[in-house]
Amino acid sequence: MNPITFNLKTQPKQRIDMSPLIPANLAGKKLDEISKIPLQCGKPLIPAGELFDISGEDAQNIVITRSFDKLDYIGKELDGGTITVNGDTGAYLGMGMKSGAITVNGNVGIFAGCEMKKGVLEINGDTGDFLGGALPGNKMGMKGGMIVVKGNVGARVGDHMRRGLILIEGNAGDYCGSRMTAGTIAVLGKTGRYLGFAMRRGALLLWNQPQLMASFNDCGAHTLGFLPLLFNSFKTIPSKFADPSLAFNRVQRYAGDMSEIGRGEVLVKI
Amino acid sequence: MIINGVTIDETFAEAFPMKATRIIITAQNEKWALIAAQAMTGFATSVIACGCEAGIDRTLSHEETPDGRPGVAVMIFAMGGKGLAKQLETRAGQCVLTSPTSALFAGIDSPTKIPLGKNLRYFGDGFQIGKVIGGKRYWRIPVMDGEFLAEATTGQVDAVGGGNFLVLAQSQPQALAACEAAIEAMNKVPNVIMPFPGGVVRSGSKVGSKYAALNASTNDAFCPTLKGATKTQLSDDIESVMEIVIDGLTKEDIDKAMRAGIQAVCDIGAAGGIKRISAGNYGGKLGSYHFHLQEIMA
Repeated sequence: MNPITFNLKTQPKQRIDMSPLIPANLAGKKLDEISKIPLQCGKPLIPAGELFDISGEDAQNIVITRSFDKLDYIGKELDGGTITVNGDTGAYLGMGMKSGAITVNGNVGIFAGCEMKKGVLEINGDTGDFLGGALPGNKMGMKGGMIVVKGNVGARVGDHMRRGLILIEGNAGDYCGSRMTAGTIAVLGKTGRYLGFAMRRGALLLWNQPQLMASFNDCGAHTLGFLPLLFNSFKTIPSKFADPSLAFNRVQRYAGDMSEIGRGEVLVKI
Repeated sequence: MIINGVTIDETFAEAFPMKATRIIITAQNEKWALIAAQAMTGFATSVIACGCEAGIDRTLSHEETPDGRPGVAVMIFAMGGKGLAKQLETRAGQCVLTSPTSALFAGIDSPTKIPLGKNLRYFGDGFQIGKVIGGKRYWRIPVMDGEFLAEATTGQVDAVGGGNFLVLAQSQPQALAACEAAIEAMNKVPNVIMPFPGGVVRSGSKVGSKYAALNASTNDAFCPTLKGATKTQLSDDIESVMEIVIDGLTKEDIDKAMRAGIQAVCDIGAAGGIKRISAGNYGGKLGSYHFHLQEIMA
């Protein structure tokens, strides 16, 4: 069976809410029924068929082609199945997703993977701010699952993150891991200012020495037994992180943020 | 049945259902993994008074352990799930957590889980760190030599305890030599432990006692010094009897271990002073699993 493919006809001026186009909503529907699903495009509701050429029959696997940066809420609350996006996406990609996998072959807007609970988000490009974070006003960001980013990410990665894993092959912006409650963020590239700002618990795993705030205390150099397990779990991930030559178990450990409860840690490869 | 001059009695060993778990202890090297494992499995010969029966399943190379260090697989058996969990926690806390460079992992998967590092984490006094890696939760507990890493839970499975056979020999040294050979062979069988010291028990018991407070007492029918004083099972030429007790994850595991052990004893044979192989048969009173010696050796 071929995946159900949404090929964008033209780029509208208004943003589109793509949240209805998930496997749970498409299952059992014929193409003409799917083409009638209303999508919020600016103020009006527009049938999906007017925005996209739709083909295919496998509702568990969705492909969006010719995507651009105004397609918001792709894979919102996704609960099983896969979504592949060719092109850029707007904000709130995979927001609150519960299971399944989303792959984006392009760049992604703000709040990608925010408040996601489970599943895998693979981004073959850059992302905006608040990757895996919490929505404004909310106190709990990503609660589980994994996000892999091949490019660079914006500021506030993992803001209020509670659990889960974020792997960043490129650089991370300012306030990486801000207000984290738990979870792990690994950054192969460089990190910005105010790393781990107000983090309570959780781990930031870095390959390059960061610029640390005064509220992070040096705990010395250590060989940590959990790191081989962690790197071993990366082996099947389609990412640079699977490369065993990047693994290490010897780190400089910094505890913080001491202006919070100080149970978080920044582990830097030595 | 006679094998190499050794008579295999037409009898059966009785065993009973138990709950079991398997864990993996790793350390900087095999020496320290074994030290932790030996401490943890100490005083765990019989559920009669130890609370559990435990032993080393086998040593593991660095390629077989979760953290890539040398390790030891340990199995613990108890009469019930609660008792097993309590024994595991106490022993892990006092013998593995305390042992230098050690780490502790689940060695068996099962839908029923019992705590491993889940409660030990409180030793960290709030500094402990939980990490979910590959869907499994681990606890990192800060200790004076670095960090103690423990998987949160391990699996609990139904198992079989009390499989056994008796080695009847012309002399004590010959009985012990045969049992040593049996244990060496049985150690190669996976999923079984022989919980007594060195795998051998010289004080096999019968069910009950003349003293009301005791539920087990010396197996007088197999005590050579009582040959003329009780209803003995021993002939004149038998001067020493030793027993090997086996706990295993399944009846088939015990079958294999008993066959390997009895075969090793029979290889020594009558020329080595071995006269008979028998078993702890309590008329079906002790357990629901029956291991017929002649069927196992057929």
